[in-house]
Amino acid sequence: MKNIDSLLYFTPEILLVIFAVAVILLDLVVKNRESSAVAHLSLVGCICTFAAVLFIHFSFGDEGPISLFLGMIRLDTFSSFFKILLLLATAATILFSLRSEELDARLKGEYYALLLAITLGMFLMASSTNLLMIFISLETVSLTSYILAGFLTHSPRSSEAAFKYITYGAVASGTMLFGLSFLFGMTGTGDLAQIAGRLTELLAAGDIAPLAVLIAITFVLAGVGYKIASVPFHMWSPDVYEGAPIPITAFLSVASKSAGFALFIRFFYTGFGSTGLMESVNWPLMLAIVSALTMTVGNLAALPQQNVKRLLAYSSIAHGGYLLMGGVLLTSEGIGAILFYLVVYLFMNLGAFYVVVLVANEVGSEMIDGYRGLASHAPLVAGAMMIFLFSLTGIPPFAGFFGKWILFTAVLEQGYYWLALVGLLNSVVSLYYYARIVKAMFFEEAGEETDSVSFSTGTFALLSVFVIPTIFIGFLNIFYTFSNISVSVMPMQ
Amino acid sequence: MLLSLMIFIPLLGMVAVLLLPRESEELVKRVTLLFTLIPLALAVYLFISYDRSTAGTQYVTNVPWIDAFNIQYHVGIDGLSVTLLLLTALLGPICVIASWRNIEKGIKAYMALFLLLETGMLGFFAALDLFLFYVFFELTLLPMYFLIGVWGGPRREYAAIKFFLYTLFGSVLMLVAMIAVYLNSNIVNGVAEGARTFDIPTLITLAATQGHALANSDFQVWVFVGFFIGFAVKVPIFPFHTWLPDAHVEAPTAISVILAGILLKMGTYGLVRINMAMFPQGLDHFTDGIGFWGNSLALLGFINIVYGSFCALAQTDFKKLVAYSSIGHMGFVILGLAARNDSGITGAILQMFNHGVISAMLFLLVGVLYDRAHHREINGFGGLGTRMPIYTGITTLAFMASLGLPGLSGFVGEALSLLGAYERFKFLTILSTIGIVVGAAYFLWTLQRVFLGTLNPKYEALPEINGREILTLVPLGILTIVLGVWPNFAIDMFRESVTNLIDVLNAI
Repeated sequence: MKNIDSLLYFTPEILLVIFAVAVILLDLVVKNRESSAVAHLSLVGCICTFAAVLFIHFSFGDEGPISLFLGMIRLDTFSSFFKILLLLATAATILFSLRSEELDARLKGEYYALLLAITLGMFLMASSTNLLMIFISLETVSLTSYILAGFLTHSPRSSEAAFKYITYGAVASGTMLFGLSFLFGMTGTGDLAQIAGRLTELLAAGDIAPLAVLIAITFVLAGVGYKIASVPFHMWSPDVYEGAPIPITAFLSVASKSAGFALFIRFFYTGFGSTGLMESVNWPLMLAIVSALTMTVGNLAALPQQNVKRLLAYSSIAHGGYLLMGGVLLTSEGIGAILFYLVVYLFMNLGAFYVVVLVANEVGSEMIDGYRGLASHAPLVAGAMMIFLFSLTGIPPFAGFFGKWILFTAVLEQGYYWLALVGLLNSVVSLYYYARIVKAMFFEEAGEETDSVSFSTGTFALLSVFVIPTIFIGFLNIFYTFSNISVSVMPMQ
Repeated sequence: MLLSLMIFIPLLGMVAVLLLPRESEELVKRVTLLFTLIPLALAVYLFISYDRSTAGTQYVTNVPWIDAFNIQYHVGIDGLSVTLLLLTALLGPICVIASWRNIEKGIKAYMALFLLLETGMLGFFAALDLFLFYVFFELTLLPMYFLIGVWGGPRREYAAIKFFLYTLFGSVLMLVAMIAVYLNSNIVNGVAEGARTFDIPTLITLAATQGHALANSDFQVWVFVGFFIGFAVKVPIFPFHTWLPDAHVEAPTAISVILAGILLKMGTYGLVRINMAMFPQGLDHFTDGIGFWGNSLALLGFINIVYGSFCALAQTDFKKLVAYSSIGHMGFVILGLAARNDSGITGAILQMFNHGVISAMLFLLVGVLYDRAHHREINGFGGLGTRMPIYTGITTLAFMASLGLPGLSGFVGEALSLLGAYERFKFLTILSTIGIVVGAAYFLWTLQRVFLGTLNPKYEALPEINGREILTLVPLGILTIVLGVWPNFAIDMFRESVTNLIDVLNAI
């Protein structure tokens, strides 16, 4: 589709840009530094964009996938799914930021504008179908997250986090760009579908070595792996997660990972899903090994952590590993499982981080010791945290169990028994560190100050937004079908 | 419908309890008692109205749940499950009464968790869909973890997490096996046809169908192992038993009762319901009496009996003694099941029920003593018989029932198990009887050390067992006597189910 015609379908992205600019302008006008008008405006931006995504999906979704801007990006159910997911994460992050006391009130305008900008970048990540666009969207997200990670200007740890993030990010992007140039050099095109066709022809004719393709894919995987924090590109994430403001940590662990998986699925499924390539290059095995290593490293490293934020950072690495299991063979069941798990993960992980925000506000600590006796002075918050943590472990009846179960079914269906076993044993290991937080909250007494902490109704309302889906998603039929729909529109050209 | 009502009424009770104000402790206890008495009434009704002349499942509810994976909410009862449902429903109110005075903090949360636990247990015994079965199985983990971890003894944190980790380890292996069964459930002669299913009765039929992927003997052996480890942790079967003494010692009295009375039975019930009925060829591999593997299940039963009994003999902590004696007595269940003949299986099932009743009594009795003396050291007592005659009488009854005195219920189950096992595993069965002798030794020796001899002057003022405590023990005591002289009262319930199971086992 031509550029001008494409603009109509691009309304959600345009709305994000408009609101990002509006947030900056409003910030100039508002005199009162304590005012939260900026945050509310960006929240309105999210809601408008949300409405636009839904409107476009339901108006044009039936016509099948639409290619926009001369094949640069694509509008399909898959991208709409991710846009909705990302908007939910962004809206939650804005609400967390409103309630978090660690952010500098003077820098609000930039902060919220950047949040909207990063959402735009992630939208593009979820819909790019061209190598160039993939790289640009990835860089938009990366650069914005470097700034957001270092947003606690008074905290040296935050600055350290941002610096580490940039250093690792630059290496990963460079490597990925190198890989992309390989692909472009071999096929002469940037379009993913065409690359798939050309590569199949070239490999069949024996004009290129399978090793060359494997190297190119490995390099690209470095960039994607860095976004989803998979081994061996995970080193940045514990430090960044620990140093960044808590809402940003929550955002990175959920939204950034989701967008990374969107890109991963589209790149590998559209670009390399054709069977000819699967046979000549054994990258499913490579992905399986990466997946097994990622979850094992994440879980083992989480075991001794004392800082809850850092613990959740490692746990989120482990969850990246679980999610990768679904991507090993890129079957539609596997991808459906990833999508379902991402929905579940969004609620349970954001919920857990919200409790971290609340506890940091009240107790002023992110360490496990700070959670001692939480059950006696804030039983509802402790109960909610317990639900999130056990859901992350994958204990029924919480949604996390259903998510893992679908993932494992998809893996076993492909005959990767060893991978499923590694994954399941990892869940057992993860119970130990999640239970340490539960133990501190429920089994241990608080220190000297045992004042009952009262939280506002708004806090409980927001908490229940995460608790209720974490309990009920697994029981509802609709979520299982939703994942399947969004896969069924992914054509293998 | 009636069955579902019974399963979910405790859950409803949990919601009701959570809505009550924290201060009204008496009300919380009464509401909990009410919500455990209703399932008991329903269970008694089911037990009476159950049609004994058929092996088919009754009171069936079958509605779709998760369509994408063909999962159903499918519950129903047969003779085996209705017996265990009755046991569960009976221990519910008994445990609530037993917790009436000795839970000091957070009674509301305690009762709420207890009700959740009851829903999990009732649902587990009634589930006829493999997925539902697994969900209920796991549903008991969380409340148990908190009940031990919050209200337990000094080393409660360690005991709680150990229990949780062991069980979860077992259940993930079970999950793999379960998914493998599901994925193979529509493959006939190597070709996939029709929809996959989790439905237990359907799967049992498919596993007996010639040419079906589930009927492949190698496949059956592997999934048998997966399920077996999951259940073995729960039973517990050596070497997966080490969580049990810790959990029992630390858990509050009523939770020990549930643990020994019901949770251990979940393991053996699973073995009968899934491992034996669904994978007869897998079972055959481990019980055909040929070579090491052919004797392995009976060997495990034997190890449990002898090892558990000798460990119990060495204990000086009263509760730990009862805990190890549980391991020993569950060994008879395993031995009876390994025999896989009429008397073996009947004995094993009867032993499951009897052990549930007797071990519940034993733990309640230990709790009574602990509440008064605040320790459980067997050597620290002496001559209590003169101070607490009623207590001594009930304890003697429970000890005698547990050590297998003819005329009391413990004898019938163990005798039938051994009788069945003797047909198949003569040598191991003869050796297993050592367990009975040792069992008599440690119970009689304990009786002597605690109740006979000269009264320890420290305990001259020890109050006698009170009415509330007697109330919890009397129904169980009556059951041990009734089942001792009239075992057919229970056997009639599951006779047809056992015959049916043996037909399945003989069909291979």
